[in-house]
Amino acid sequence: MMVVGLRSAGVAPGAVRRNVPHRTDRAAGARRRRPARYPPLSTLARTPLAPHATPPQRIRNFCIIAHIDHGKSTLADRMLQKTGVVEERAMRAQYLDRMDIERERGITIKSQAVRMPFESGGEPYVLNMIDTPGHVDFTYEVSRSLAACEGAVLLVDAAQGIEAQTLANLYLAMENDLTIIPVLNKIDLPAAQPDKFAEELAGLIGCEPEDCLRVSGKTGEGVEDLLEEIVRQIPPPVGDPDAPSRAMIFDSVYDSYRGVVTYVRVVDGNLNPRERIAMMSTKATHELLEIGVISPEPVKCDGLGVGEVGYLITGVKDVRQSRVGDTVTNQAKPATQALGGYRDPRPMVFSGLYPIDGSDYPILRDALDKLKLNDAALVYEPETSAALGFGFRVGFLGMLHLEIVRERLEREFNLDLISTLPNVEYDVTLEDGSHVEVTNPSEFPEGKIREVREPVVRATVLAPSDFIGAIMELCQQRRGTLRGMDYLSPERVEMRYTLPLAEIVFDFFDQLKSKTRGYASLDYEPDGDQVADLVKVDILLQGDQVDAFSSIVHRDKAYAYGVLMAEKLRKLIPRQQFEVPIQAAIGSRIIARETIRAIRKDVLAKCYGGDISRKRKLLEKQKEGKKRMKMVGRVEVPQEAFIAALSNDAVVPEKAGK
Amino acid sequence: MPRLPDGDPAPADGALDAQALAGLAGVPFGMYLHVPFCATRCGYCDFNTYTPRELLAPTRATPGATDPRAGLPSLVASYTDAARAEIDLAARVLGADAPVVDTIFVGGGTPTLLPTAELTGLVGAVRDTFGLRPDAEVTTEANPDSVDEASLAALAEGGITRVSLGMQSAVPHVLGVLDRTHDPANVARAVRGARAAGLAVSLDLIYGTPGESLQDWRASLEAVLALEPDHVSAYALVVEEGTALAARVRRGAVPAPSDDDEADKYELADELLGAAGYDWYEVSNFTRTSRGRCRHNEGYWAGGNWWGIGPGAHGHVGGVRWWNVKHPARYASMLAAGDSPAAGREALTPEQRHDERVLLGVRLADGLPLSDLDARGRAAVAGLVADGLLDPGAALGGRPAREGGEAQRRAVLTLRGRLLADTVVRALLGF
Ligand SMILES: Nc1nc2c(ncn2[C@@H]2O[C@H](COP(=O)(O)OP(=O)(O)O)[C@@H](O)[C@H]2O)c(=O)[nH]1
Ligand SMILES: C[S@@+](CC[C@H](N)C(=O)[O-])C[C@H]1O[C@@H](n2cnc3c(N)ncnc32)[C@H](O)[C@@H]1O
Ligand code: SF4
Ligand SMILES: [Mg+2]
Repeated sequence: MMVVGLRSAGVAPGAVRRNVPHRTDRAAGARRRRPARYPPLSTLARTPLAPHATPPQRIRNFCIIAHIDHGKSTLADRMLQKTGVVEERAMRAQYLDRMDIERERGITIKSQAVRMPFESGGEPYVLNMIDTPGHVDFTYEVSRSLAACEGAVLLVDAAQGIEAQTLANLYLAMENDLTIIPVLNKIDLPAAQPDKFAEELAGLIGCEPEDCLRVSGKTGEGVEDLLEEIVRQIPPPVGDPDAPSRAMIFDSVYDSYRGVVTYVRVVDGNLNPRERIAMMSTKATHELLEIGVISPEPVKCDGLGVGEVGYLITGVKDVRQSRVGDTVTNQAKPATQALGGYRDPRPMVFSGLYPIDGSDYPILRDALDKLKLNDAALVYEPETSAALGFGFRVGFLGMLHLEIVRERLEREFNLDLISTLPNVEYDVTLEDGSHVEVTNPSEFPEGKIREVREPVVRATVLAPSDFIGAIMELCQQRRGTLRGMDYLSPERVEMRYTLPLAEIVFDFFDQLKSKTRGYASLDYEPDGDQVADLVKVDILLQGDQVDAFSSIVHRDKAYAYGVLMAEKLRKLIPRQQFEVPIQAAIGSRIIARETIRAIRKDVLAKCYGGDISRKRKLLEKQKEGKKRMKMVGRVEVPQEAFIAALSNDAVVPEKAGK
Repeated sequence: MPRLPDGDPAPADGALDAQALAGLAGVPFGMYLHVPFCATRCGYCDFNTYTPRELLAPTRATPGATDPRAGLPSLVASYTDAARAEIDLAARVLGADAPVVDTIFVGGGTPTLLPTAELTGLVGAVRDTFGLRPDAEVTTEANPDSVDEASLAALAEGGITRVSLGMQSAVPHVLGVLDRTHDPANVARAVRGARAAGLAVSLDLIYGTPGESLQDWRASLEAVLALEPDHVSAYALVVEEGTALAARVRRGAVPAPSDDDEADKYELADELLGAAGYDWYEVSNFTRTSRGRCRHNEGYWAGGNWWGIGPGAHGHVGGVRWWNVKHPARYASMLAAGDSPAAGREALTPEQRHDERVLLGVRLADGLPLSDLDARGRAAVAGLVADGLLDPGAALGGRPAREGGEAQRRAVLTLRGRLLADTVVRALLGF
């Protein structure tokens, strides 16, 4: 209660802070009129509703939004069971998290949509549940999934309370005008404090604590009630069945057997098998080879009408031809205006990927080409590094995206890769006013620079108020600016910061966790860019620059980076026949120096008698090892040294400055 | 113990093909006899050797096993029978091509753990079977504790000409870390005894032992010089995987040897030995005269031929290398069945032969003729000279090319080059 009051001053995104129940406009629209081709409502009872023949009033499109691990996938599983879509024995945990990596990491990367029949008050309904990814790397995909819904189940772990992603997703849902059903989950847990968090949740969304439903995804308790409430509270979709068709793509998945499977939500008109469709952003046209719904396996159907959610197959082989956010229309009778909200996915983090075995380069290229089919956000171009050979500069949505791509390349294509230190994109303005976009530190211009701009994010940190000091200190170190702070309850605080993206993408979250004993949660979204005093630090071995180690850092942190890297390399690079100076430099100014002392003895001086084979085998091993050596000038650097030096923990300085 | 190399299977009769046998002609021929017994095992040692207790008592709890030599006679009997059978097998395999023997080296293990008569009996068996050149070098390794004046005289009487004593160090705390049980004073006594018997004497030293100071090493070198041996071997301590020493290093109980410390000690050895007239002729080996060199070992380094008798022994004839099974019981049973005890062999490819020639030859003071190098190797020579690793006079000097001076050019290591011999070898092999 006090909560809402406290968050008044300095609230930045005012638009998303309004209280939710303001649905009158839509509800009115829903009552507008019923198209003739639907059967009269009275005859529908007890007959499952078929796609293409479902009156919008009987449809509820919703998603579940939650902080990671608050139980979204588990609750979705229960719903699949309660509605009979998945039989008890076919049930496996987190049914909808399909990719291997998802199942292993317990996270949802790709969203899915399931059509579930449900009977309420003796009437049949169709519930379309759209599962959204939870990670900040995929915020745009989340926003498109939300845009396909009229309502959202806001799921909060009753033992944890509201966390940063709860908020971030809630704000996104509010921006999309969704009806929010607050739900406390995991009430079976002994540590659950549903009363306490009901207050918190009520304060946040402006409802009464009693309005918060209480469920357990584990035991199934409360799930039926929740389904009833979904029918009761969430408005049915509205749209014009006779208008030119418009459907929004909220997901697009490459399948090696069927090509790209596109998930859509029909807004106006309808989509039918065998007709030609057009993508409104690209004007590309395709024939609809198959149309269907997921229940929870794909089932072909005769088409999709207003408010319905399903999938399309057109035979295209690349998700770029069927982009999330785009509008599908009928080629013959096209809509004139696309649905809003489309935007190209923009990579936020860049890293060079190099095969450890240089001869694997073509395999890496083919592998990226394949992954790209299923990942519209993946961008890459070839690059060469004097130190690492041939590879690619790859753009990612964030670190999780990077990790997933790298893991898939290694796992599915059997590649051993080195990835360079991830960096963000910089906009450098030269003295003459021209711009250079820098995605690889070694492209940072050498000459006179007027200014450098770096991307920034607005970040939300939620934590117990005991940790305010620690969080402020960390954000200070990371060049953050406090934008505002609100108490969600006397002991929980929401802190809003503007932070340079480069300062938070890599290890910020780990640091935050460790400084708050695991209690803090974080969410952020891009928020333009800012001018910053950034410099490129080069690392030189015996005077030769090692391009893979160059990094763009804030001037205040250049020294720390240089010292850390030089020391790291001194420990990693084996001694050579000659002394090897390692220097860190900004331009021609040396800021740190280490020396690898010359090796004095490498001779094997033991008596092996007649076992010459053993001696020769040692030599042959060195010969093999030599293939894993990269030459930097005259200095031999083992591949392992590059990998170790480039590993993340190795190179993020703990403290800035001297 | 180091694993045996992975090679091809060896034929049961041990036969060598005509091409390998053709390699016997005009090259010195050696016999190595491996004696796989020691009274106790030193913590740093990974040679193929066993204590009688290990061989006789598979279960640890053998009552009354305080005498380390308990049960030795039966082991010795089985071993010498088998070794004699292998000498016969060698003669069969080499057949009409069998050369007269130039050098014999009895190594171990601890050969002097054998009764002297048994040891010299084996030497006699080689002589009777193959013939021995009048000027043959016949060496046995010996632990200072396992010989005395009488046994040394008996060894000389039985045909031994040279004894190599495992002195390792003159400093008690260093010997302690090496688990050496001998009394340092016994070394002097053994040297005197050997001298009296007319044997040439070599002393083995190890440097770089954890806890050994530069002063300790100097003391060991001075002790060696005071004994005026004919030959000195100085080996850098290698912490071999699987040894007790390796476990102690891993636990942190003793520090790992350091290359820098070993380099200092090698330089000190070169300096002190050199000042006393002992020059290096191989990286780890020093003598006062070229006659003092160990000809048997020179055979190994020059790609010579030899037969290795005994468990785990290695042999080489004409580009074929082979090695015997390691366990004495297995070795004996194979020979008892009339089979070759070889566990595996390899026929060297031309590239492997080249690698070995460079690897071994460059470690010799006589150097490696540049004509033995391939183009990449020759191209590396100037750089190695510039880096101070190869002797400029030997590598670049000599008479002008038109007088055939080219043919005399050799890769000879400088002092710095001896310490960085692996670097030099890699460069000369072009990688
Ligand atoms: N005790 C209990 N555990 C739950 C409940 N719901 C989910 N969990 C557990 O919480 C963890 C995270 O659940 P998951 O559904 O993967 O969360 P998601 O990340 O939001 O999809 C898993 O270990 C679940 O078993 C619940 O109602 N009660
Ligand atoms: C075949 S070994 C053993 C001979 C004899 N049993 C003895 O220990 O004196 C010959 C020499 O190799 C050297 N040696 C043995 N193990 C070594 C190791 N791990 N590192 C360096 N030298 C070693 C010792 O100097 C030893 O005397
Ligand atoms: S005496 Fe020699 S062979 Fe025997 S264990 Fe010791 S070092 Fe090894
Ligand atoms: Mg999940």
